[in-house]
Amino acid sequence: MTDANATRPRTRRDAQFDKIRDREAALAGTRQRTGRFMSKFLNNRLAVMGFVIFAVICLMSLFAPLIAQHDPMSPNLRAIAKPPSAEHWFGTDKTGRDVFARVLYGGRISILVGLGSALLSAIIGVIIGVYSGYVGGWLDWIAMRISEIFMSFPQIILVLLLVAILGQSLLNLIVIFTLTGWGGIYRMARARMLSIREEEYVQALRSFGLGPARIAYKHMLPNALGPIMVNITLSTAAFILQEAGLSFLGLGVPLSIPTWGNILNAAQDLRVLEQNWWIWLPVGATISLFVLSVNFIGDGLRDATDPSQQG
Amino acid sequence: MQPNDPILKLRDVQVHFPVKTGVFKRVTGHVRAVDGVDLDVRRGEVLGLVGESGCGKTTLGKAILQLVRATQGTVTYSGEDGETELTSLDDAGLFRFRKRLQIVFQDPHSSLNPAFTIFGSLEDPLRHYGVKTREERRKIVGDLLEAVNMRRESMDRYPHEFSGGQRQRIGIARALSIEPELIVCDEAVSALDVSIQAQVLQLLMALKREKNLTYVFITHDLSVTEYLCDRIAVMYLGKIVELCDAEDLYANTLHPYSEALLSAIPVADLDKKSRRIVLQGDVPSPVNPPSGCPFHPRCRYAVDRCKTEVPELRRFKSAKGEHMAACHLIDQPLAE
Ligand SMILES: Nc1ncnc2c1ncn2[C@@H]1O[C@H](COP(=O)(O)OP(=O)(O)O)[C@@H](O)[C@H]1O
Ligand code: SF4
Ligand SMILES: [Mg+2]
Repeated sequence: MTDANATRPRTRRDAQFDKIRDREAALAGTRQRTGRFMSKFLNNRLAVMGFVIFAVICLMSLFAPLIAQHDPMSPNLRAIAKPPSAEHWFGTDKTGRDVFARVLYGGRISILVGLGSALLSAIIGVIIGVYSGYVGGWLDWIAMRISEIFMSFPQIILVLLLVAILGQSLLNLIVIFTLTGWGGIYRMARARMLSIREEEYVQALRSFGLGPARIAYKHMLPNALGPIMVNITLSTAAFILQEAGLSFLGLGVPLSIPTWGNILNAAQDLRVLEQNWWIWLPVGATISLFVLSVNFIGDGLRDATDPSQQG
Repeated sequence: MQPNDPILKLRDVQVHFPVKTGVFKRVTGHVRAVDGVDLDVRRGEVLGLVGESGCGKTTLGKAILQLVRATQGTVTYSGEDGETELTSLDDAGLFRFRKRLQIVFQDPHSSLNPAFTIFGSLEDPLRHYGVKTREERRKIVGDLLEAVNMRRESMDRYPHEFSGGQRQRIGIARALSIEPELIVCDEAVSALDVSIQAQVLQLLMALKREKNLTYVFITHDLSVTEYLCDRIAVMYLGKIVELCDAEDLYANTLHPYSEALLSAIPVADLDKKSRRIVLQGDVPSPVNPPSGCPFHPRCRYAVDRCKTEVPELRRFKSAKGEHMAACHLIDQPLAE
């Protein structure tokens, strides 16, 4: 690096700056940004525990065909409502289906609905919020009004409407969750943009004549990713709970497909609730554990990405 | 294109921000951040723009770069290809001129994107202006960093790894990256320690000589401008109240506001030490500026006329080129 300087005569200023440079080089840290983020996250015990539980449940669901000994859909009339045993770890339900297998397979659909809806809402909310929050004006006004319409519409009525019109299906449920859910993440992304937009580096980019999409998505969005990731995890948990709630009411995924909510649906029967605890308790516990773990991850991400706590 | 020809001409530039209040966001008034500025910036000069915080310096600087659009008036750029009225161009039309005007900001903490390395922040404008390959961009960014006395290797570090003075130097490197003709330095050293201030100022002056730059140097600190500026414009509540050669401002102060500002500078020379004129009250709100001379509620010379009549910026006799001031009480203006 000194060759470039060699062409012009050295001045006293150069000597002065050499000294400063040496001091700076001695001080300069070598830690990388991602490293700092990871170490902060790993220092948060609850977040790590949450991540482990989350990973175990996800992997077990993913590899359900390898783990489960029974088919989750086929009834076994010789083993109806049997309590847990070596053969059926979580017992069997009222039509003799293996509850353990159903919880594993149900996890696939429930996690798909939760994570899928959260990611879809995030994509829509971020695309709209980041751009309209940065450029402002009438585009921002329209986006805000549209989000208000979707957010103020009672979800249960939207569900009833869509079920009445389109019938029950997995895809419909994801569409409903996305429609009612994108507004929250849109508003958060927009609010972040409003505060970042006055930062001087954004003004500098504008002074170079860079286009608004380039500035908003490439340069500003990375600074809003922390809260967006937190929001995705938290809405995953919320959607899984909502799926369970709607399926419990019989409005969610068609009952023939096992999901955590549909398994729980059996507990509507008071006799099951009182006498066959193994039909609803394991799945209830799994839902709680999963939602709790996702929330812990969200909190960990929030702390790790919070700029006010960077040291 | 002679050295002293104007590079920028500002004519009656006004920037008014609407004030919205209440649930329905009705416009109930305007912040007159910049309120009718006439000013020429000459090629190759350092023009100081001074005034208390909130008087509209930053807004005027942004209006020059078209980062905020003037609500009235014109900003005209003149270069080799003749005169162009920037205020009448849209973003596409401005593209050609963005390259010639740049800005260095005040706050070293928000002037660099925390999510990108220095190279990541500096390469995008270069790509935008046609530097195609990554190797070329890395070479240019490295050269720029060396030009501001930093190590080439700094380009792969993140902003939080640098001190305020270093970040400010990186901000200068960024402004230089597309080889502008004019740089607006908005309080470029105000946030730095005095010793580091001097280094950055020296650097700015060395770069100016090397690259034939023109500076509009915005500051609220008159002790910085004397050392640096060829001419100085004093701003008060969105208006220019005095405009003259830098030495003239210190030796032959005309406007009462400039006098008060100057008296606040600590003077080393005991004989010269004048009584400090304490400005009474706060800067009035730019939403409801005072009638007549905007300075009259705080002016110790104010007479009745000052409350009703707005003083024009008039030209006065001076050994050092033109000396303009806007005050009723100054005698002997030169006839227009
Ligand atoms: N975007 C904006 N919207 C509304 N008011 C603004 C905006 N930017 C600046 N102002 C107001 O304009 C006035 C001048 O501000 P500024 O140009 O930043 O002053 P200075 O740089 O001299 O401190 C202040 O009263 C400020 O509150
Ligand atoms: S016009 Fe009057 S109020 Fe204004 S500066 Fe001059 S003397 Fe003071
Ligand atoms: Mg300012």
